[in-house]
Amino acid sequence: MNQPVIDLSPKVSDEVRKTTCYMCACRCGINVHMKDGKVAYIEGNKDHPVNQGVLCAKGSAGIMQVNAPSRLRKPLKRVGERGAGDFEEIEWDEALQIATDWLDPVRRDNPEKLAFFTGRDQSQSFTSFWAQNFGTCNYAAHGGFCSVNMAAAGIYTMGGAFWEFGQPDWDHTRLFMLFGVAEDHDSNPIKMGIGKIKARGARVIGVNPIRTGYNAVADDWVGITPGTDGLFILAMIHCLMKAGKIDLHYLAQYTNAPVLVINNPGAADHGLLMRDENGKELVIDRKTGKLTPFDQPGVKPDLAATYEADGQTHRPVFHQMVEMYLDEQYAPEAVAERCGIPAKRIRAIAAELGRVAFDEAFELDHTWTDFRGETHDKMVGRPVSFHAMRGISAHANGFQTCRALHTLQIILGTVEVPGGFRFKPPYPKPATAHPKPHCKVTADAPLDGPHLGFVHGPEDLALKDDGTPARIDKAFTWENPMSSHGLMHMVISNAYAGDPYKIDVLFMYMANMSWNSSMNTRGVIDMLTDKNETGDYVIPKIIYSDAYSSEMVAYADLILPDTTYLERHDCISLLDRPICEADAAADAIRWPVIEPDRDVIGFQSMLCTLGAKLGLPGFVNEDGSQKYADYGDYIVNHQRKPGIGPLAGFRGEEGDKVGRGEVNPAQLDRYIENGGFFVEHIPAGANYYKPWNTAYQDWAVGLGLYDKPEPYLFSLYSEPMRKFQLAAEGHGDRQPPEHLRDRIKATMSPLPIWYSTEADNLAEDYPITALTQRPMAMYHSWGSQNAWLRQLHGHNPLYLPTKLMHETGLADGDWARVTSPHGEITVPVLEMAALNENTIWTWNAIGKRKGAWALEENAPEATRGFLLNHLIHELLPPKGDGLRWANSDPITGQAAWFDLKVRVEKADPPDESQPGFAPLKSPVERGPKDLKWKVGK
Amino acid sequence: MHPAPSVIFFTTFSGLGFGLLMWLGLGIPAVTGWTAFAFFAIAYVLAVGGLLASTFHLGRPERAIKAFTQWRSSWLSREAWCAVGALVSMGLYGAGLVFLETRYDLIGLVGAALSLATVFTTSMIYTQLKTIPRWHMPLTPIKFLSFSIAGGALLSGQVQVAVFLLLVAGTVQILTWIKGDKAFAQSGTTIATATGLGSTGTVRAFEPPHTGTNYLLREFVHVVGRKHASKLRVISLLLMVVVPVVLMILPFFSHFLAVLALITHIAGVLTARWLFFAEAEHVVGLYYGMR
Amino acid sequence: MEGWKMTTLPKHTEKKLGLVIDLDTCVGCHACVISCKGWNTENYGAPLSDQNAYGADNSGTFLNRVHSYEIQPEGDAAAQLIHFPKSCLHCDDAPCVTVCPTGASYKRVEDGIVLVNETDCIGCGLCAWACPYGARELDQAEGVMKKCTLCVDRIYNENLPEEDRQPACVRTCPSNARHFGDLGDPDSDVSKLVAERGGIDLMPEQGTKPINQYLPPRPKDTLLPDAGEEFDVLAPFLEPVASEPKGFLGWLDKTLEKL
Repeated sequence: MNQPVIDLSPKVSDEVRKTTCYMCACRCGINVHMKDGKVAYIEGNKDHPVNQGVLCAKGSAGIMQVNAPSRLRKPLKRVGERGAGDFEEIEWDEALQIATDWLDPVRRDNPEKLAFFTGRDQSQSFTSFWAQNFGTCNYAAHGGFCSVNMAAAGIYTMGGAFWEFGQPDWDHTRLFMLFGVAEDHDSNPIKMGIGKIKARGARVIGVNPIRTGYNAVADDWVGITPGTDGLFILAMIHCLMKAGKIDLHYLAQYTNAPVLVINNPGAADHGLLMRDENGKELVIDRKTGKLTPFDQPGVKPDLAATYEADGQTHRPVFHQMVEMYLDEQYAPEAVAERCGIPAKRIRAIAAELGRVAFDEAFELDHTWTDFRGETHDKMVGRPVSFHAMRGISAHANGFQTCRALHTLQIILGTVEVPGGFRFKPPYPKPATAHPKPHCKVTADAPLDGPHLGFVHGPEDLALKDDGTPARIDKAFTWENPMSSHGLMHMVISNAYAGDPYKIDVLFMYMANMSWNSSMNTRGVIDMLTDKNETGDYVIPKIIYSDAYSSEMVAYADLILPDTTYLERHDCISLLDRPICEADAAADAIRWPVIEPDRDVIGFQSMLCTLGAKLGLPGFVNEDGSQKYADYGDYIVNHQRKPGIGPLAGFRGEEGDKVGRGEVNPAQLDRYIENGGFFVEHIPAGANYYKPWNTAYQDWAVGLGLYDKPEPYLFSLYSEPMRKFQLAAEGHGDRQPPEHLRDRIKATMSPLPIWYSTEADNLAEDYPITALTQRPMAMYHSWGSQNAWLRQLHGHNPLYLPTKLMHETGLADGDWARVTSPHGEITVPVLEMAALNENTIWTWNAIGKRKGAWALEENAPEATRGFLLNHLIHELLPPKGDGLRWANSDPITGQAAWFDLKVRVEKADPPDESQPGFAPLKSPVERGPKDLKWKVGK
Repeated sequence: MHPAPSVIFFTTFSGLGFGLLMWLGLGIPAVTGWTAFAFFAIAYVLAVGGLLASTFHLGRPERAIKAFTQWRSSWLSREAWCAVGALVSMGLYGAGLVFLETRYDLIGLVGAALSLATVFTTSMIYTQLKTIPRWHMPLTPIKFLSFSIAGGALLSGQVQVAVFLLLVAGTVQILTWIKGDKAFAQSGTTIATATGLGSTGTVRAFEPPHTGTNYLLREFVHVVGRKHASKLRVISLLLMVVVPVVLMILPFFSHFLAVLALITHIAGVLTARWLFFAEAEHVVGLYYGMR
Repeated sequence: MEGWKMTTLPKHTEKKLGLVIDLDTCVGCHACVISCKGWNTENYGAPLSDQNAYGADNSGTFLNRVHSYEIQPEGDAAAQLIHFPKSCLHCDDAPCVTVCPTGASYKRVEDGIVLVNETDCIGCGLCAWACPYGARELDQAEGVMKKCTLCVDRIYNENLPEEDRQPACVRTCPSNARHFGDLGDPDSDVSKLVAERGGIDLMPEQGTKPINQYLPPRPKDTLLPDAGEEFDVLAPFLEPVASEPKGFLGWLDKTLEKL
């Protein structure tokens, strides 16, 4: 045969530059292939701990991000009315001078008048440092509307969370149960893990109203009714406890189940944990029958024994759990209808969890010593693992639901054991080892400490002396005491309402607040553009930084254009949200693999300059000169504590120190040589049972993750929550406002409970839950203008379950009017059978406003795409008491956008999805019509 | 299938042109000189025009010459050879008639055979496609050939023969529709075989791979309403067979009516060819839950 | 004259390289789709172009697409959703090759990969018409037919490390739902996987003899209330130790004694 001769070994590229992806929050390692100095091809980095070579659609499409026509090109100054999109291009000098002129008086007068919120920021340890040095208490990133329930519940309960703070033991787990995972955190590791366990023949149970993605490959799918996950979990806890299928040894040794609870009805310590003079929790030692601190050598805490003193019987936490969860209200039969899961199936799943945890238990030959000094020659494995994310957390009962899930995995003894759920460094780290929130604002001085943290009682709330909220977002107040990530979704609403006070400058980064990053999009647009009686904007000055022409640009007064992720320095730091694995600590960098071809500056580098212009203490040298030339300089030279900086690897003058060590000027080069990341493995024997494993604790101290070993007990019983209840019961100096007392008493149960959020959302009139999901191939707004990805998801139908389609007389391609207590949209529908029958859903953030993202105005994103955000309000429907009740979890303030209740009816097809918005004037040129992006010859 | 004008014009006009050439090759009508020139000119305009139209369907028409290489396996390549063979031989034959007033029988017969072969190979391009069950049957070449011969007869002015052949072609067309309507179901290709998922339950296409369109959808998925199609079938049959036949059997049949018959016939064939493509369902549509 | 035989299919290929796609594991993330787009835009032949890239009716050339299907089992079992990646199946009896009038489409003797020699392609589209799988797309900018090359410029590429010599879609697949190998060798990993999991041909009745194989989804929703055996086996696991908290604490005490 005479075949054409083809080149089987073409040159792949001139050079490979290894950096970190930023197409979502997963932070995979990427190989950027360069040809002729241009980005030619992007693939996963095989050596990288996060993705081990694989890469998702978004990651591979990064090349279309760096040539996107929507990239902002130069600083912009608003010249028309806000929202009109009239801008003038200005030089950076002028831009930074404007910012300085706005911010300097604020800082000198009252720094709290700056609200600095940084959206999908991956440099929070840096941006918070900047805000702290500025002196404002009003700083947070987007965690409050993302998944604070998940993070806070995990950290308060067990010193670590799902999300990217931990992972199932993919190599050993036999049964993996997944609740409502959002597809943008740890997304490739979860896919890799599912692939791994499927290849082994292990099984997956998916709990999600919608059977797509991971739930589509789940061996068993539980199409639960949204918002009832907590109840379903408590029913399984009921079944397992009742059957004695719980790990008593684990509960006794590693949790506060055996800790005695003070029984002193009516007193200020009723329900608190019994502690010794050093604050150590007390248990009864089963060997001696004596009261003893839990951590003494050889102590065998007794789950059953009670303690009599002062005429009172003090019982261990476990007694309360038994009483609470054996109650018939948690029997499968009692919850089945509400959850939409047959009682028999709940039992079957609980039985399967128990069977795998106990009958398929196994041992690893690792000798380890626990914090009580006892050496074990084996590690017992329980191969059941769990993972969850936004699906269960973005509800107003999400915090307790997440706590319930942790309780389930803890009673099965599967956390931090082989086959179970494992923490990634710097976790495990109990809530007590984290900072507390700081809010003391002083004119012309830094804040008194880090903004965000973990409260342990009313004394830690961020309240002013008069008891009013210290923060603009009312984080750490009685409305939501444990709001560890702040409440970005309330900033604009509160600033507009002047509740608790007015601000002067709103400074935001990567947060599309006038579109998909807000609940109540229309309302937010109005708040941003509304003027007061003197003709000034109610929110006086808005500075915004973004790399792209997002919908938010038109609503800012000053635009500071950011670079794309391939043109910048970044660090994925252990001080921040790191990229560690359960077996290793790891961090990584981004570096400019290409130089920007336009007049833009990386946001963090810009902050280094702006910070110096403002004379912020952390950003100037003693002589007042600029301390960090740019973010790269900061990454290398900044030290949080002596020897500890943003990056853990290649420290010390020789670059041979790990974790702790002097500044190494060549550190970034070493990272680049090493593929853009650094990994330090946890020694064998130290890599399970980490919260209690001496070898791990010592290793973590050596690396600088802790200052001293911090062994602790898992908090099945949350004492801080009980403290808030006590305050609500009238104890203590700091007292909640009257209207919140009952809610605090009811919701802040120290043992996980479930409560319905339906009444608050008028479910009687609006019986259907409306959800969004993140498509795997599209992230927030970032990818939507991506020429390749928008072909996959250019518009988003509303998916309706078969039954609802029939009831409403809808067929594929028809349009439906969807009404919530707050608003109405009219959108195209499609039928989906594998869907909870009281749930509708669509893909998130596909809908775009005309004129944004350099798209043509008739782009399907704008004509057929839509947002559910128009239906959601940041406040609950008015209750008639004149108060503003946030549509948030009452414990953490997590935006409860999955509580959205709606009605659906058939509508006459409009020309375009409704509501329609006037086109924005694009600050950038339109993109090319046709694309043939070949860089090489 | 997308009813692209290029292929509709191509099959219609080249079919007519080669049909006329076939008759001329057989010496029917036995014309010479300028009369022959006129007949040959019409035949060549139709045949060559049709072939040229087909090149509009090509992504790289400048490379069309390469299509001659694969006569061993490709019907399209064979068609190219047959067409060139027919045009060359009929050119020689026509030159003899026009300029020498001489009829070279053998060349004419060869040319006629090649003309028919061209139509046949054209039809086989479609017939061979298992992926389009409506086309994948012996009636397809019979239909192409019968219309080509009947159209040729009409063009060559053989009224009685044309009437008979048109009726035959019309019958073939009706049979093609009857059989074609069942073809997809009989092919055995379903969404279940396409996905291999049939053993678990009833398979339904859910989200397509892309929200916009693509080459496959543009080229292969063309949905014609059943009612609309039935109407067009009747219209095409009336135009291409019934009206010409009625006109031809009228006692006052004239040249004017002949032209009218020809025009309606061509309009009818164009309509039928539009339907030939538009109604043809490619199995790839199954992957998109469409046909 | 030898070259003229190109459009005919080789009687035998030395290897049958292809993909095995695991429908039990594919989560439908489109990673393979975009990785393919990236590699093949930059490599073999013309770039995969996009039309109306930032406007309405945007479309482009892709060599790999991920469909999804809902399956409604008999009875009242829950509907299932299957993600379904699809690219050229490199058929043994490839109709796209034999219909090609120019010889641009051919099947390689060495490994059975079906390729388009773009310099010979006239863009007639007939090969796409002949393919039942929709594996070929005519690039609107270049006017030539594009299709999966099985990354013929990766799998033998000496400029790539050995471990990277696999198709881009396989290398990038996060859930490991795509496997590459010689399906003509019964002892290859892919052949064993196909044997073990009961791999299937798509549209076998079309007679194309596809090389690529699909592994069917494993049985789902077995923890159903009435799934007979499975449930009965599990029932003893939830035998109550006591029904009242008081009784439970009694059980607890006894059990702790044994620990």
